[in-house]
Amino acid sequence: MLTARKIRLWYRVHKWTSLICTVFLLMSCLTGLPMIFNDEIFSLTHHHVAPANVSPNTPLTNMDVVSAMARLRYPGDKLIAISFDDDEPRILVGMAPNFASKPSQHHQLIFDAHTGKLLEDKAQEPKPKPNVMTYINTLHKTIYAGIIGELFLACMALLFVIALVSGAVVYGPFMRRLEFGIVRKNKSPRVKWFDLHNLLGIVTLSWAFIVGATGIMNTLSVPLFTMWTAQNVPRLMALYHGRPIPKQLSSVNLAVETVQKALPGMQITNIGFPNPRTPFHYVVFAKGKTPLTSRLFDVALVDAESGRLTVAKGLPWYLRALEVSRPLHFGDYGGMPLKVIWALFDVALIMVLLSGLYLWLSRRKTPVEDELDRLVKLEELTTEETLAGALRQ
Amino acid sequence: MSHPFPFRKVYGAAMILTAITLYGLLSALFGDGVWDELSWVALAIPLVVIAWKYSRATRRR
Repeated sequence: MLTARKIRLWYRVHKWTSLICTVFLLMSCLTGLPMIFNDEIFSLTHHHVAPANVSPNTPLTNMDVVSAMARLRYPGDKLIAISFDDDEPRILVGMAPNFASKPSQHHQLIFDAHTGKLLEDKAQEPKPKPNVMTYINTLHKTIYAGIIGELFLACMALLFVIALVSGAVVYGPFMRRLEFGIVRKNKSPRVKWFDLHNLLGIVTLSWAFIVGATGIMNTLSVPLFTMWTAQNVPRLMALYHGRPIPKQLSSVNLAVETVQKALPGMQITNIGFPNPRTPFHYVVFAKGKTPLTSRLFDVALVDAESGRLTVAKGLPWYLRALEVSRPLHFGDYGGMPLKVIWALFDVALIMVLLSGLYLWLSRRKTPVEDELDRLVKLEELTTEETLAGALRQ
Repeated sequence: MSHPFPFRKVYGAAMILTAITLYGLLSALFGDGVWDELSWVALAIPLVVIAWKYSRATRRR
C-alpha cells in the first residue's frame, strides 16, 4: 500500500524525469512521425528500376558474373560488398577506389538477381538532393551531435521510461475515486487537461514504454556489435598469423553456395569482400525466412583463398535480442495499417507530453507537492480515504 | 484502519488494455497475414477507447 510519503516520492520522480526529457521527447515524436513513412517517402523521391518478372523457381544469377561486370565498369575500384534487396530480387554491388574511401567516392550498381542485367548505376543518376527527411532523420537519431548526441538521447529515453513507470504508479492514487477514462470538460481547463493526460497516458502506456525502451536498445546496438566484432575478429585473425594475403580471390559464387549449404533454410543477405580488417575471408550474413527469424542473423566466414567454410554461427543472444526488438521501435513490420496505428499512437503521446507540460506551467499557487507535504504530516491521523479525497481536489 | 486500495477498479481497464496492446505489438512480429490483421485490430482497440472516452466527455452542470 502506498503511503503519502511514497506517493510524494513517486510524484517527484514523475515530475522531474518528465520535465527534463519532455522537450527532447517532443522533438523525437515530431520527427518520428514522418519517419514512420520513411520507405514510402524514399520510393517517392528516389529513382528505381524494377527487376524482371520471372517464374517462381528461377535460379539466381551467378555472383562471379555480376562481380566481373561491376569490375569492368569501374576497373579502378575494389569490390566492397554484395547485398540482396530485402523487398525485391535485386542485387546491390558496392564498390570504391579503396576501403578507406569516403562515401561520396563509392559506386553502387544494381543488378537483376535473376537475369543478371544491370538495372541502375547510382553514379550515373542525378544525385538525390538531401531532402528534408535527411535532416529529420539526423535530428531524430543524434540531434546533430554524433555519438554524444545519440547517447544523450538514449539517456533522455531512459528518463522517459522512468517517467512512464512513475506516472503509472501515481495514476493509482490520483484516479482512486474517478471513473476510468473520465474527461471532465465542465470543470476548469486544468481539470480537463489533467483528465486527458491520465486517459491518454494510461492507454498509450505500454506502446510508449516499448518504443522508448527499444529506442535505447537501438542506440546500444552499434557499439555492442562493434564490441563483439572487436572481440571475435582478432581471435580469428590470430589463426592466420603470418599467412600472406590472398592475391587471387576464390569464387564469390562458390562462397555463396558453400554458405547456403552450411546454413540450409536461410537467406543470404550480404557478402563482404576481403578487406583490411578481415583480409582472408568473405564475410557472409544470412537470415531466416519467417517474419521472426528474418530478424535473426547468422554470420559465416569463407576462406577467400581455398573457398572453404571457416566458421558459421549465430550472433550472440544479446545482439539477437537487439535485432528482434528493432522493428518495435519503427512500427514497420505489419504493413501500412500498422504504420498508421503507429502514427496515431505517436500523436496521442505528443498530447500526453503537451498536457503534462501544460499541467506543470499552469500549476496552482499551492502546488501538488505542498499538498503532499501537508498530507505526509497528516498521515498518521488520516485514513487513505481522506488522502485520496484531498488529492483529487 | 484504511480501506484497501481498489486496485481492480483503478487499474483493471488499464491492465486489460496493456495486455491487448502487447499482444498487438507482438502478433505482427511473430507472423504474417492473419497475424498482421489481428495486430491491427488489437492495436486499434486502445485508440478507439481514447476516441470513445473523449466523445463522451461530461459537459453537464
